[in-house]
Amino acid sequence: MDLSQAFSTMAADLPAIFSMSVVTVAGLVMILQESLSENDRPIPWIGVGALAVAVVWELVHLGDPAGTAFFESIRTGGFASYINLIVLGSGIVTIILSVPYLDHIKHAYGEVYAMIMFATVGMLMLGTANSLVSIFVGLETMSVCLYVLTGLIREDEGSVESALKYFLLGAFSTGFFLYGIALMYGATGTMYLPEMQGAVPEGSIMFWAGVALFLIGFLFKVSAAPFHMWTPDVYQGAPTPLTGYMSTASKAAAFASLILVLFYALPDERWSLVLSAVALVTMIIGNVLAVSQDNVKRMLAYSSIAHAGYVLVALAAGTTEAYAGAMFYLLIYAIMNLGAFGVMAMLEWDGKEGRVQSLDSLAGIGHEKPLLGVAMGVFMFSLTGFPPLGGFMGKYAVFAPAVDAGLTWLVLIGVLMSAISAYYYLRVVVVFWLADAEDTPEAQAASRSFVFAGIPVKATIALCAVALVVLGVYSGGLLEMTFGFFEEGMMAATP
Amino acid sequence: MFGDFIPLFIMIALATGLALTLLKAAEIIGPKRPNRIKRTPYESGMDPIGSARERYSVKFYLVAMIFIVFDVEVVFMYPWAVSFHDFIEGGAAFGVMVVVTIFTVILLIGLVYDIKKGGLDFEQ
Amino acid sequence: MSHDLLVRLILLLPLAGAVLLGVLPLFMPALRRREGLIGTIGTSVVVIPFAIATYLFVSYGGDPVTVSYFTWMEAAELSVDFAYRIDELSLIMTLIVTGVGGVIHLYSAGYMHGDPGFWRFFAYLNLFIFAMLNLVLANNLVVLFLGWEGVGLCSYLLIGFWYTDLKNSAAANKAFIVNRIGDFAFLMAMFLIFSELGSLSFDVLLTDAASVLSAETIDYIVLLLFIGATGKSAQIPLFVWLPDAMAGPTPVSALIHAATMVTSGLYLLARMSPIVLETEVVMMIIAVVGALTAIMAATIAITQNDIKKVLAYSTVSQLGYMFMAAGVGAFFVAIFHVLTHAFFKACLFLGSGSVIHSMEHVEHDLEHEGEDVSDFDPQDMRTMGNLQEYMPSTGWTYFIATLAISGIPLLAGFFSKDEILFKAFEYGYDGNTYAMFVWVVGVITAALTAFYMTRSYYLTFMGEERWPLADKIHPHESSWKMTVPLWILAGGSLVTGFLGLPAVIKDGKWNWIHHYLGANYGGPVAEASVSAHVPGSLEWGLIGLSSAIAVGVFFFARSMYLSQGIAFDVSLKERLGGLYELWEHKYRWDDFYDNVVVEALINQISRDGLAPFDSKIVDGAVNGLAGATQESSSLLRRIQTGVVQNYALALVFGVVLVIGLMIFGG
Repeated sequence: MDLSQAFSTMAADLPAIFSMSVVTVAGLVMILQESLSENDRPIPWIGVGALAVAVVWELVHLGDPAGTAFFESIRTGGFASYINLIVLGSGIVTIILSVPYLDHIKHAYGEVYAMIMFATVGMLMLGTANSLVSIFVGLETMSVCLYVLTGLIREDEGSVESALKYFLLGAFSTGFFLYGIALMYGATGTMYLPEMQGAVPEGSIMFWAGVALFLIGFLFKVSAAPFHMWTPDVYQGAPTPLTGYMSTASKAAAFASLILVLFYALPDERWSLVLSAVALVTMIIGNVLAVSQDNVKRMLAYSSIAHAGYVLVALAAGTTEAYAGAMFYLLIYAIMNLGAFGVMAMLEWDGKEGRVQSLDSLAGIGHEKPLLGVAMGVFMFSLTGFPPLGGFMGKYAVFAPAVDAGLTWLVLIGVLMSAISAYYYLRVVVVFWLADAEDTPEAQAASRSFVFAGIPVKATIALCAVALVVLGVYSGGLLEMTFGFFEEGMMAATP
Repeated sequence: MFGDFIPLFIMIALATGLALTLLKAAEIIGPKRPNRIKRTPYESGMDPIGSARERYSVKFYLVAMIFIVFDVEVVFMYPWAVSFHDFIEGGAAFGVMVVVTIFTVILLIGLVYDIKKGGLDFEQ
Repeated sequence: MSHDLLVRLILLLPLAGAVLLGVLPLFMPALRRREGLIGTIGTSVVVIPFAIATYLFVSYGGDPVTVSYFTWMEAAELSVDFAYRIDELSLIMTLIVTGVGGVIHLYSAGYMHGDPGFWRFFAYLNLFIFAMLNLVLANNLVVLFLGWEGVGLCSYLLIGFWYTDLKNSAAANKAFIVNRIGDFAFLMAMFLIFSELGSLSFDVLLTDAASVLSAETIDYIVLLLFIGATGKSAQIPLFVWLPDAMAGPTPVSALIHAATMVTSGLYLLARMSPIVLETEVVMMIIAVVGALTAIMAATIAITQNDIKKVLAYSTVSQLGYMFMAAGVGAFFVAIFHVLTHAFFKACLFLGSGSVIHSMEHVEHDLEHEGEDVSDFDPQDMRTMGNLQEYMPSTGWTYFIATLAISGIPLLAGFFSKDEILFKAFEYGYDGNTYAMFVWVVGVITAALTAFYMTRSYYLTFMGEERWPLADKIHPHESSWKMTVPLWILAGGSLVTGFLGLPAVIKDGKWNWIHHYLGANYGGPVAEASVSAHVPGSLEWGLIGLSSAIAVGVFFFARSMYLSQGIAFDVSLKERLGGLYELWEHKYRWDDFYDNVVVEALINQISRDGLAPFDSKIVDGAVNGLAGATQESSSLLRRIQTGVVQNYALALVFGVVLVIGLMIFGG
């Protein structure tokens, strides 16, 4: 290859990584600010600013046709912008929520925000990856930052424990993942997703074994059962706003990447059975175990497992409608979960990342803090899948195409399980609004020294709640847009 | 099928046999003048007997980690340096200079951070 | 005026009321005490839609009008609009919802007087009306489902309205969760219809579905819809929530748990009647479930002493009647019974509310006199008696409604119930044996109904005064805001029956509701066609039989409870023995749910069964330890002794599963 040609191509491709570059540079600036200046105050806002710039950039490019950049290692276009928007938006919300939270627990280090930025870069790469190498690099960049963020409160044994667990099991699963990549490459001789489909030898066990191992890596990251065991412990032990970040942005990016792999790289639907089985187990375990949790964060962890199961139902269906539904669901899910974890972050009093406080200790909190209470009500009803909130639309968008694709039995279980989910989501609403603090011993014993939720935090949480209502009532355009990503031409393999 | 593997088995047998033979031969032929030092597992290392829970400065690990990080990253620069000549001939010298500068700057920021945070300061 | 605007007004006025009354007082506490203002706004946003609906009803030309506002969801072939449909069925339902709703709003202004949550109550009620209107006016299943879930939410909010009482929030939860089970079936039906038909709009659904869909698909769809209906309309096995739902304020019981929301299952079946008729098997299931529910609830009602519980089980029983009608293909009769039932049951509930209101005053007076009132229950009929003397309006209206529900000739309930029984008989006469079974059960239930309703009237309003210090403390009639609605509803219970005169009179030409709704006459509600017609003389005989039963049982119960009072319950219990006990314990349904479903399924499986998948390691054990060192060492020990290894083991198990499935499964 002509080398000078190569560099001019790369220079021309730079807009494709605009968001990644902005976020990286901002992260570096934040590191420098942290080390060179005494003033930590502006650090999170540098991050918010950079992410906001990237959001604007991606919004402008939301209608672009699909393409690739950097020698086909990164995808561009509407799909990429959409998933980037989810990731970047989650990043902004997380930083805004983290500021008062970290102040409250006296861990307001600038590095935290820089780590959030670097994790975001990893997710941006993961969600838009077009080759196995980009997927791996993105995944690892994201994961390493998340390990660190999980163990942020290093004096607290729960936090350290969850970080260690996350790291050990994450490394374990990465091993499988990498081995899978090696086998897939070995069988097909290519790392690029669109080329892989045509290059699979007939009946190659090596390739399918590779795919299996590769999927395991993803299933671990999206906490699908039986690879979910780390999730409750890690979610419970990590600082709450960061848990929200972990449960939304990283899952969204991993799912987006998985969709690209399924859509481009894998020939027939041999994987449908695997994903169906995993979806089934995931939905059952997530929902059934959530029922018996007394701690909201742990309940939300199981809830996030259950929701991964719902998305997997759509992926198992394997039609473009289902993929589009899944993409739509990821957005809705991100908003619901960021909001729910955000509220829980603001209602934390135990000084142990909310790991110790029981749900009952928050009895009647809705009357004390009506905004947070109402917002939590919206999030819980939306997670239940209650119309006309966004959660209902999302569930509809993932389940309906699955029935169309003949997975009626799976959807039956899914809908039944989401009926069960009403039980544990509703309990939160009941305790927040209908229980009386004076009748509840836990609430009496609680110190209830909450994080001070300022205007930015309240506005963010309110915005999440309003967005769910709006998306529930008027989402036509958005759902249609996600469909557009998978239409002929839009998903052209090469530019 | 099975016949294909016969050379492999022979190879394994040879390797094992040779290793065992050489070890035994060294034991038989070699002179033996043992003393206390020589009988320790690591002649020039630390004595592994006794409490393993001795105190080290945590900085020891910190520096070791930082060393490894920079060490591994510098490895990236070797292939770059070796092929720099080709880049010049290909007319892409400026491009690769930019790329490696970005890389180095990022490393540098890390180093600045490390120094400013007292990562290399043993007195602290 | 254009339909566009009118339907918009019907829908948006209650919503505006809900938002206005819900949000403004939340931030302006001073507004919360302005009961007059709140009551006026809350009531008028329901009465105005009633007026509009009346106008639409009068000017209705015979062709369904659909209005569509904006697209809700759109993706590939799926396109769902916020579309509404005005036809005979939705007009009747709208009139019931806004008419009875308006009356109950007025009543609530009196009943809730002085309650600190007055504003909240009206906001919820308006929201309920909005959701219910969405349900009945929807032109596609998704908007219907929006209303369906919306009324569930409002019901939940209103049952738990007095949330300070923990029992109420438990009842609210139960209602919501049981309903979710029904909703899951509804959702599945929706998915199936969409996947088979490609549309959820009634325009397509009601015209094409019967010919396009295979018989098997229709079986499943209708069965799933029926399961959905059993949740909302409280049929076996999902009826358990309704009696508990009586924990909410009485106007709520009247509006939601008697007149409107619980009939939405019937509305759904009537709406889908062209499809339902295609599946004989499921129709049989519907009829039999309805019949069993009717008789089961009626027998339970005999044994209840809480005046609202009697009415609650009565509602379940009457809903069973409606399902009987649907199950024999007489959907218009089901809607007819919905209509008459809305009047007399709302009247009964509001009457009971008036009674409870005055008994609460008695309780208050007793407390004032220094009596111990901890055992006094203002809803218990055993502490009432002779209230007719003190509360004439309440008494008379309750009496009229009692006669109506008992099926005394020429009152509303007589016509609708008799029509149901006749349709069942006719369908059986035509060769469907199960319908005969349904008919027999229906006749027995009619007798039981007359019995327990007469009992409730005579125990409450006649006989001796049974509260303590009865000679000193007297209850009082309620204010006009409560008695006027009672009289309106009692008037409805007197006359609405004449809308559906039986077939023997003028060959059914005077059966207005049949002509209005029936598909044979251009309406939206299909009905089963019958080839063998019952001769007129036999039909007169059947009418005579049910009249005789109603009147006979009424006089029997009247004489027994007039002469013996509550003592007759005791002798009844002795005579019936174990049967009575079974009724008293509600056939042990609640025990079944508590022990089997909640305990075994949820607690056992969730806590113990799946425990290997969830090691709760961050639990009390570690937090109890004192020193940080100890904590960290024990922490380390736990990591070393296996938790992480167990996780990794599960991971490996999953790896084997995935690889196995991938290689051998595909």
